[in-house]
Amino acid sequence: MDMTALLLSRIQFAFTITFHIIFPSFTIGLAAWLTVLEALRLATGRPVYRVVFDFWLKIFGVAFGLGVVSGIVMAFQFGTNWSVLSKMSGPIQGPLLMYETFTAFMLEATFFGVLIFGRSRVPPWFYLFSTAMVALGTTFSAFWIMVNNSWMQVPSGYVMENGAFVPNDWTKIIFNSVVWSRFPHMLLASYLTGAFCVAATGAWYVLRKEYHAESRIMLRMGLGLAAVLMPIQLFFGHLNGGYVNTYQPSKMAAIEGRWNDEKPAGEVLFAWPDVESRRNLFAITLPPPFGSLIDSDSLTAAETGLNSIPPENWPPVVIPFFSFRIMVGCGMVMLGLAWLGTYLSFKQRLERNRLLLWSTFLSFPLPFVAILTGWFTAEVGRQPWVVYGVLRTADAMTPFLTTREATISLVIFCAVYAFIFAFGTFYIYRLIRTGPGGKLFETPRLAVPSRPMSLANADHIFPERSHAGAGE
Amino acid sequence: MVMFWVLLLAISILLYVLLDGVDLGVGMLFGLTNGEVRRGAMLSAVAPIWDGNETWLVVTAVILWGAFPVVYATLLSAFYLPLIVMLLGLILRGVAFEFRYKTQRLRWIWDLSFAGGSLVATFMQGVTVGALVEGLQVTNGQYSGGDFGWFTPFAALCGIGLCLGYALLGACWLVKKCDAEIRDNAHRQIRILAVSVMVFLVVVFVYALAEHLPILHRWIDRPYLFVFPAIGAVAAIVLALSILRHNDHWPFYMVALIFVSAFGTLALSFWPYMIPFVITIDQAAAPQSSLMFMFWGGVVVFPLMLLYTLISYSVFRGKIRTTAMHY
Repeated sequence: MDMTALLLSRIQFAFTITFHIIFPSFTIGLAAWLTVLEALRLATGRPVYRVVFDFWLKIFGVAFGLGVVSGIVMAFQFGTNWSVLSKMSGPIQGPLLMYETFTAFMLEATFFGVLIFGRSRVPPWFYLFSTAMVALGTTFSAFWIMVNNSWMQVPSGYVMENGAFVPNDWTKIIFNSVVWSRFPHMLLASYLTGAFCVAATGAWYVLRKEYHAESRIMLRMGLGLAAVLMPIQLFFGHLNGGYVNTYQPSKMAAIEGRWNDEKPAGEVLFAWPDVESRRNLFAITLPPPFGSLIDSDSLTAAETGLNSIPPENWPPVVIPFFSFRIMVGCGMVMLGLAWLGTYLSFKQRLERNRLLLWSTFLSFPLPFVAILTGWFTAEVGRQPWVVYGVLRTADAMTPFLTTREATISLVIFCAVYAFIFAFGTFYIYRLIRTGPGGKLFETPRLAVPSRPMSLANADHIFPERSHAGAGE
Repeated sequence: MVMFWVLLLAISILLYVLLDGVDLGVGMLFGLTNGEVRRGAMLSAVAPIWDGNETWLVVTAVILWGAFPVVYATLLSAFYLPLIVMLLGLILRGVAFEFRYKTQRLRWIWDLSFAGGSLVATFMQGVTVGALVEGLQVTNGQYSGGDFGWFTPFAALCGIGLCLGYALLGACWLVKKCDAEIRDNAHRQIRILAVSVMVFLVVVFVYALAEHLPILHRWIDRPYLFVFPAIGAVAAIVLALSILRHNDHWPFYMVALIFVSAFGTLALSFWPYMIPFVITIDQAAAPQSSLMFMFWGGVVVFPLMLLYTLISYSVFRGKIRTTAMHY
């Protein structure tokens, strides 16, 4: 076993999955939002919905493309770097991801094509249907991924046979409380991501005094949706805490920065966990029974501390401790913004409140940060296990993977992802800056002209034009 | 039950090769074409369908993982570098579809990444198949060929062969979908590519027979298996006729048939091995409880995927002539 290759493989998986999740979490929300817009347009006939739809579809296209290409990597990476895991858990994880691919990917891919290129080729009802199918596909995908990851968090419904996880109860694997609190949590997080990105864009146009009708639709629908979803999200977040507390005591102790067993337990709000000396520095702590109340919904429950868990089974305490707090912090800010903004919107004072408009505009990174830190909490907190309590990450790696191979692949991924991420976000930024009414640049796009003559003349007819609105 | 999954796996691989072969091939030919109008048209011929085509690769991977986890784990880890490089190619070409229309001055970057990515991904796929045919070095159930054990002259030859093959598929697709100059140009390309591909296939088949005596014996013992290469030969003749007659549709179907026959010939040569002479189908199969659970996906959802693919191809059927194909 090559320890450097192990470290590099872990970094590579963390890097590629972090990069990947940014895009699905955005497009799951956007797909649902596009469906609503298209339905509203068909129902009301207001052209503004079409303008807003077409605008967000362009952004959806770029983000979806990035999600697709970075997702294909994930389907291979289990096998390339984690072949022991994929051999052992293949009988369970394989079928789950097979269902994801079967139910979601082909649905998304087909109807995404219709969405982008097929407006003129299909009847309006079919176009709306296609939009809904893309949204449904993204939801299916999220579901199976959450089932799969939940099994790695809390393995169930299996027996060990010949060194492999052999499923013996699929209902336990799919229909358990862990899946059904984590899947809504992720889905709501995606909807909130979409809602805040839309609201932030609307706020920007209001501040710039552009796209009057469009910006108000974006701002109000975005904040309104977030105002409804945020409290539900907090509720599901709390349910997630419940499963961690029940099944993953080491993760819970790390998140809470709890070193000793306590009954009832206090709650560390902020601190710097000092792992060497097993204590918290600069701690701000709520007295008992707040910790028991938050973790176990009880005034008297005993909570486990890290000291009663062997250190070789500890996660890297600092990462889940802080990433959890960043996630919750982002959630609180989003809740405040959504409620205040919606309140002002009802009072018809939203468009004049520049402070709130600026805050909304600048809030678009919050849902992404919350999703990433939430996943860091879940995944880093699960360490040193890849299948919690059963298979260690270190034992799951491809045994003959060399440092050279792992280095080459990690460098390649970092370089390529940085490159496409830089351009992708820049193109999305430019689309948003240009706005629903503008054009990136003034060039009619030709496919095949019916007259052969125009082929030769095309460069003459359509020279490289001004970069009005493009500003490369 | 195991045979059911072998069947679905075979269908998925075939569909992947035929469908994504088209847009990877168009990607390579794209690199040989200049002029925005021509390039835009070539891209429009595959833009609505490429994502679905590529999804069949993921379908293949997850069927392999779910139904034959040992093969998934062994192959993917053995082909570490070629697969990573292939993924890199697929990434770079995939983003180009959207990115190239978001810029004018830097469009050349995405044109390069589209053509280059297509070439690299195809070459690596060919290398992987070639190395598999040649035989993986396995000790105690574990790959032991080293970081670059897969890179042999024969594997490289297969890489080049697959590039020619996909380019041929792409050219036939362009003939089917396009008009005027692009079609005529593709017609010319088909002639060269078709001859090269046929020569390549014969060379590889003879090489495999010469290298692996068990394969030679199989073909000698069961001469009726020659029906597959024979179908390929017939398809090649029809292909030649259809090109001489400037038909727009027959070349594509005939090339597809040649691919099917080549795939069948390859699969029959190694049957019942999934990794030649190391792991058989039965050794690789997942436990019954996994296969049973997947069964419903196979009988209910798999046909739905075929239906989606049909919908996609029928919505975007016919020649492209419209302006402003891209939104």
